[in-house]
Parts: sequence; C-alpha cells; structure tokens
Amino acid sequence: MYGNDIPDLLGEVDAAETALREAAARDTGATHGEVAYFDAVIQADQKVEPRDWMPDSYRKTLIRQIAQHAHSEIIGMQPEGNWISRAPSLKRKAILLAKVQDEAGHGLYLYAAAETLGVSRDELVDLLLAGRQKYSSIFNYPTLTWADVGAIGWLVDGAAIVNQVPLCRCSYGPYARAMIRICKEESFHQRQGFEILHTLSHGTEAQRAMAQDAVDRWWYPSLAMFGPPDADSTHSEQSMAWKIKRFSNDELRQRFVDMCVQQAGVLGLTLPDPDLRWDEERQAHDYTQPDYDELMRVIKGDGPCNRQRMAHRRRAHDEGAWVREAAAAYAKKKESLNRNSGRGPLTSAAAPVPRGELP
Amino acid sequence: MSANDWPLWEVFVRPRRGLSHGHVGSLHAPDATMALRNARDLYTRRQEGVSIWVVPATEITASSPDEKDAFFDPAADKVYRHPTFYEVPEGTQHL
Repeated sequence: MYGNDIPDLLGEVDAAETALREAAARDTGATHGEVAYFDAVIQADQKVEPRDWMPDSYRKTLIRQIAQHAHSEIIGMQPEGNWISRAPSLKRKAILLAKVQDEAGHGLYLYAAAETLGVSRDELVDLLLAGRQKYSSIFNYPTLTWADVGAIGWLVDGAAIVNQVPLCRCSYGPYARAMIRICKEESFHQRQGFEILHTLSHGTEAQRAMAQDAVDRWWYPSLAMFGPPDADSTHSEQSMAWKIKRFSNDELRQRFVDMCVQQAGVLGLTLPDPDLRWDEERQAHDYTQPDYDELMRVIKGDGPCNRQRMAHRRRAHDEGAWVREAAAAYAKKKESLNRNSGRGPLTSAAAPVPRGELP
Repeated sequence: MSANDWPLWEVFVRPRRGLSHGHVGSLHAPDATMALRNARDLYTRRQEGVSIWVVPATEITASSPDEKDAFFDPAADKVYRHPTFYEVPEGTQHL
C-alpha cells in the first residue's frame, strides 16, 4: 500500500489533525444505547472521550498500550542521557539536552492520557518499577559511541515515528491528541540524528567507520521495534477493529525499510543486510527479518542492558523522593498558614484571579 | 498530602493574543505555583502560548455524556434561532 510513494510523515500528522476535526462535524447516526453509540462513533471515525461508555477490554487494551508507550519514553531517556556530558560540542550538547527533555515531556503527556482512563500515574510507575509493565525492547541496547546518538535519532526515532503517525488517528481522543503533539516534536529528533550521522559519514575515515558501526548495530533492533510478525502478533486483530491500531506490524516494518534505503544512500552508509533488494513485482524492498527469538529474550528481561535500565530508574525514583516530599510538605504548610490567616495563596506567580478578571 | 497524591491540574493555554485559552492536557503538582511552572515546561517548550491557566481537576464540574441528549435537546427544535429560518422577500436589500 505504501510502495515507492512514501508520503511526508509530518504531512500525515497534519492530515490526521484535519481528519479529527472533519469527523467531529459528521453526524454519527448513533442510535440510543451505549453499545450502539460506541460502535457508531468508531464506525464514523470519531473519537471516544474519557467519560463515554466503552467496553472494559477496550479500556484495558488502551491502558496497557499507553502505559507501555509512556514507560518507553521515560526509560528511553537513558541511552542518550549517557552522552549528554560527552557530546562533542556545546551545540550538540544543547540539542541533546532538549531532545531528552522532550522524551520526559512525551512520557508525561502519555501518562496524562492514560489517567483519563481511570488509572493513576503512580500505579503505572509502580507497575513499571515492579517489572510488571514493559517498555520498548530497543532501549535495552547500549550506546557505545557518539555515533549511536545519531543512529538512535535516525533509526530508532524514525521507526517510532512510522509506528506512531498512524496512532494520531487512534479512536481514543486523548491518546490521538497526545500523539499528534508528540509526532510533531519527534520529527526534530529524527533530523538531528540524521544530521549527526551525515556529519560523521562525511568526516574522517575513523568517523565514517564509527557511523557505519552504529548503523550496523542498530539496524536489526530497530526493525524488531515493530513487534513480532503478523502471524504471531497477539493483540493486533481486535485493536484494528477498534481503530486503536491502523496498520499491521509487518506493513509498518516494510514502510520503514523502504524509507531507510533511500536515506542510507544520502548518508553514504550501508544497511547491514546483504539480501536487501528492490522487488519490482511487490514495489517494495525484500529484506532480512530481525531475530525474533532475540526480541523475545530482550522483552523477557534478558537483553544487554535490561537490569541496568531498571536499576537506574529505581535509583532515580528513590533519590528523587525527597524532592517530592519537600514539595508536598511546602504546599501543605502554605495551605495551613493561609487557612489560619484567612488569606489566599501568597505567591504572585500563581495567585487566584479575581472574579471577572481572567487574564 | 503525601508525595504520592499530588492533585491533578487541568492546563489551558492561550496560543496568541486574541485567541481564547484552550485545554491542552493535565499534570500533577503539589500546589498552584508548581502547577504553573510545570505547565510551562511541559506544554510550552516551543513557544506554544502567551498565557497559561491551571485549574484543579476536582474543581471542574462537567455535564454527563449519558445525559447528553436530554441535556442539549431543548436547543434542537428551535430552528427559528437561525437567520436562515426566515424567508426574505425578493428585492429586499441590506437585511
């Protein structure tokens, strides 16, 4: 369906936003009864909103998917965070800081979207820390050189965007809106990675080799990000019917491969797949599948960095506890002072606004 | 209030002067000052706004989707509120 003609991804995000508005204006023809109403909304490509009735399994599927997505953003800060203090220039460092800060922001948008389904962020964080909810397998691979920061931006964020752009059309409103916002921000991430690799691949021989090595190591794990092949995918069919998911794992993986081949050419780097070739009949590239046994091992906790990532997240959570406690204690103290003196909050930055004077 | 039950705040951002504040999302914060600062860092990293409101989520009263029909129906049969309801005689100007 994508073939040779790959539409611009940002254009697709805009199209999703326009479609959201257009669908909102359509008459669903919804009849009475909550189930009929839910079905009609999905049928009309409109959005299900937090207080609408929805099947329990729809709610559970979304919580699981959005939470896993949020956890991935938070854990995903670690591989790149590893290079902030060693970025090769102040400019690269400022860019990388902004990017990692975006990942934190994306995690928070997604936790907020999950909370509209009736689960609390603290519960989700606890499930992550207890190892009972997953995050993307890709973040269990190490970032060995500066070129890995480039490869993550180009390949990992590239794969994430291909995965996430269709989610901008997800049937659940808060998730779709969060994804529109996230995808717009992600495109800078992919471009900065591409630029890092382009600079390296046009630099010294050692720099070029470093870029090639990073692409060699990140290519197959990036392909595995799309999940198991369609035949083995457990959650797909129902998610497609509910319009949570729009394309199958294999369709998205194919699309990613077709995109990367052209871009690798511009970089002057080689994708590490001797069997990669254009198939005239299919109008798509034939390629070697990633090692799905390895994917399963990494998901189950046995990747190169699983233990390190979880240990780091738990430590950061524990070491941040005093900040959360101090902020809560301060808020409580201020509240009781205000109550005793009969005055409102005193801080000028967040003063309540007098009636009729909203700024 | 323990560290684990920071209240939820709904965030509204005015994108530019002349436009109304629109709902952009929510966040947790211990108090209004922190909610404002967190909202700035979370929702306006790319100059998306010139003004932010934060409102405790518990202070918002919402109409119920279940009662949507009964609630909004009274407006449905008053077509005469729209100018297109009225027939304008041929030749009338400036009406």
